[in-house]
Amino acid sequence: MAIEVRIPTILRTYTSGEKAVEGSGATIDELFKDLETRHAGIRERLVDEAAGGELRRFVNVYLNDEDVRFLAGISTELTDGDSVTILPAVAGGTA
Amino acid sequence: MRYDSPLAAVGGTPLVRLPSLSPSETVRVWAKLEDRNPTGSVKDRPALHMIEQAEKDGRLTPGATILEPTSGNTGISLAMAAKLKGYRMVCVMPENTSEERRALLAMWGAEIIPSPAAGGSNTAVRQAKELAERHPDWVMLYQYGNPDNAGAHYATTGPEILADLPEITHFVAGLGTTGTLMGVGRYLREHVPGVSIVAAEPRYDDVVYGLRNLDEGFVPELYDASVLTTRYSVGSEDAVRRTRELLAREGIFAGVSTGAVLHAALGVARKAERAGERADIAFIVADGGWKYLSTGVYTAATDEEAVATLHGQLWA
Repeated sequence: MAIEVRIPTILRTYTSGEKAVEGSGATIDELFKDLETRHAGIRERLVDEAAGGELRRFVNVYLNDEDVRFLAGISTELTDGDSVTILPAVAGGTA
Repeated sequence: MRYDSPLAAVGGTPLVRLPSLSPSETVRVWAKLEDRNPTGSVKDRPALHMIEQAEKDGRLTPGATILEPTSGNTGISLAMAAKLKGYRMVCVMPENTSEERRALLAMWGAEIIPSPAAGGSNTAVRQAKELAERHPDWVMLYQYGNPDNAGAHYATTGPEILADLPEITHFVAGLGTTGTLMGVGRYLREHVPGVSIVAAEPRYDDVVYGLRNLDEGFVPELYDASVLTTRYSVGSEDAVRRTRELLAREGIFAGVSTGAVLHAALGVARKAERAGERADIAFIVADGGWKYLSTGVYTAATDEEAVATLHGQLWA
């Protein structure tokens, strides 16, 4: 099962500079564990083990552009062809 | 309509149906035209309310200096009110914002302290907080954490929308300070059982995110996820395409962030239409397109060209 994962600039040190990589897994959690096997160190930057394995506070993850925190968080289920985007939390909008 | 002063004319904006972009007679999309405020953006509501509340509880006294981190609109609203009320205005603003915003701030007499483009609004916020510490006599109203920001929308924007559209099923707005979504969202949830509150968050190019550190991210103090039903990330391509579509099909000349909000609103509309459900979706037009004219977004021959003109800019 192929999922496209878009990687923010700050994490491309783990993906040899690649903007997007492919991964697999039935959930976001499994996907990140799969990424870790090829991009060692990346999972620790995304997941806070001390806080029960949830996403880190300033990490936003979107499944097909929808924030996974409003779906099922790290347990959000994935299907083949989904697109996952990882972004740092920023101040934005027409502020 | 008659008002006692220009500042008294904040709010009371039109809610218009979009006959061409609405999918059907049962799934309707409505635009709340916040560009019809005195300085041309939704930010007149929180700016004026934050100033008035600060005056009431004595935080803001005659001749004071107001400091604010802003990507433009809040600074412009505050600067106008400050000019009329006799306050000095200092804005911390990322350097990669449009030329028009700088000119407008200068026109109202505001001083601009530029913050590095690479750090975006996160750095502007941090820089403003440092300045506030160095100048304890300056008053930072701080839109990202001031409850009066959301309070303005709870008191005015929310009730206006409900009065015009009692059958509302969805409210969609941009996510920046989160003030609009928190204020309108709370009000509507209290009055409309089952209403959906949908956030559209701008997603910039890599250039803008460049040096963002994942450990020093920023979540506005006002943000309360429990008010939202869901949250979408909208990239520049979709935002620009929808901004141009809104202009071409409905004759509404809106800023680029409105395109992002419209994209989320039309996504919600499509889902309702497919599910065969009735929907009345209201979304916020935060400002008009005037401040973004120099980007070339509106006059570019194609959407692709228009997107290219925005590269590296903070469009929302």
